[in-house]
Amino acid sequence: MSENVKDKVIEIIAEQAVLEPSDVKMESTLEDLGIDSLGLVESIFAIEEAFDIQVPFNANEPTESEFDISSVAAIVTAVESLVAEKHA
Amino acid sequence: MKRVVITGQGTINALGHSVPETLAAFREGRCGIGEIDIQDLDRLSIRIGGQVRGYDPEAHFNRQQIALYDRFTQFTLLAARQAVGQAGLTFSDELSEEAGVVLGTSGGGMNTLDENYRSVYEEGKNRVHPFVVPKLMNNAAASHVSMAYNLKGPSFTVATACASSNHAMGQAFQMIRSGMTRVMVTGGSESMLCFGGIKAWEGLRVMSKDACRPFSANRNGMVQGEGAAVFVFEEYDHARARGAEILAEVIGFAMTSDASDIVMPSRQGAARAISGALRDARLAPGDVGYINAHGTGTAANDKTECAAVADVFGADADRLMMSSTKSMHGHLIGGTGAVELLACIMALREGIIPPTVGYEEPDPECALDVVPNEAREAEVDVVLSNAFAFGGLNAVLALRKV
Repeated sequence: MSENVKDKVIEIIAEQAVLEPSDVKMESTLEDLGIDSLGLVESIFAIEEAFDIQVPFNANEPTESEFDISSVAAIVTAVESLVAEKHA
Repeated sequence: MKRVVITGQGTINALGHSVPETLAAFREGRCGIGEIDIQDLDRLSIRIGGQVRGYDPEAHFNRQQIALYDRFTQFTLLAARQAVGQAGLTFSDELSEEAGVVLGTSGGGMNTLDENYRSVYEEGKNRVHPFVVPKLMNNAAASHVSMAYNLKGPSFTVATACASSNHAMGQAFQMIRSGMTRVMVTGGSESMLCFGGIKAWEGLRVMSKDACRPFSANRNGMVQGEGAAVFVFEEYDHARARGAEILAEVIGFAMTSDASDIVMPSRQGAARAISGALRDARLAPGDVGYINAHGTGTAANDKTECAAVADVFGADADRLMMSSTKSMHGHLIGGTGAVELLACIMALREGIIPPTVGYEEPDPECALDVVPNEAREAEVDVVLSNAFAFGGLNAVLALRKV
């Protein structure tokens, strides 16, 4: 289940970054991957659609949202916890 | 070049159904933003807005008119009625042939779209009302104003998102200044507070769930408003000859395009529009006492706007007041510049600078005098009104006390 979340998040981010999933590293930041603010909002939309969750994210203060976007690993962890909450 | 003055103004917005009510709210720093009342609110995560309250279309329009007038057209017609009434003009003969109406709107008949999409998609109906097209089209409001007042000159609608009204009023100004016409009705309107209108903005993740706090360090986004403001722009000698009361003079206008990003504002594009308006009006930066900011309350706009103002004004920025009245009436999108022009005219005529309400924490990236929370008495001779739209389209107007 957890691997599925990770793979799906990476697939979504890779698509935004126009990269192969294998080129998206867990330690990468969105900036490293060349994803700008519009790309970020689109990625979050895609994540919400893929997992049927609500991601608490405000584009005005992306670094201060409850949703940690500091790296791919952080995003995967945050999505995993949202998915777990949904099934709880 | 002809001089251009304003001889009539009218409005309906979240702060009131008239200019006096709106100006009273500006003086009191009263906020018109609150929980909105629309269909399917429970499916929205953004539930606040600057909604026009206590509004009954049937008090102003008959059944046939309501069948033809979207909410944005109704607001426009009510504001136009006040403005033309104050100007005391009747349009006949030669004046009727040359006078026109240029209005700004971004979405046009959004409520009509929303209601009819609901009807065909959700309710599965296969027939819509015959007037859907003439009701929703962006130029419906301008056309109805032309019919109401016999305006047969240049008339059209400008749609440049959040700069629509400023672009429209800039066009009206230039037409009179060039001698093309002696009178123009101008301003703008928006009515996007419907399920689809808000849902679309929700998607962009730039909306606040609690308040519009421009320039405040804890700001967290914009809040939509709705309504209209309409003005009568008139050639100075024509206004003087008939003894009209002159509210203010329009002295300059500039527009620029960032040519860079579809949503992120540009400091250079904004600065070029501001300095362009100063140049067009033959002003030095030190002449300007007040700027009605675009001030949306988003992180991106407010710091970019402050940086652009600092670039243009240099040391004079320290003596400048700049407030965002969106904190009170919300962001009227295509109609916003028109409602904000009311604040500019009040500053010139009454020497009262409307505040930025909801201001809680200074932001070092917005280190200008933003007139926090309380209106201030100050004599100003020249004011600017900024509008910076999505799509990177900027429009700035300059006004002078008469």
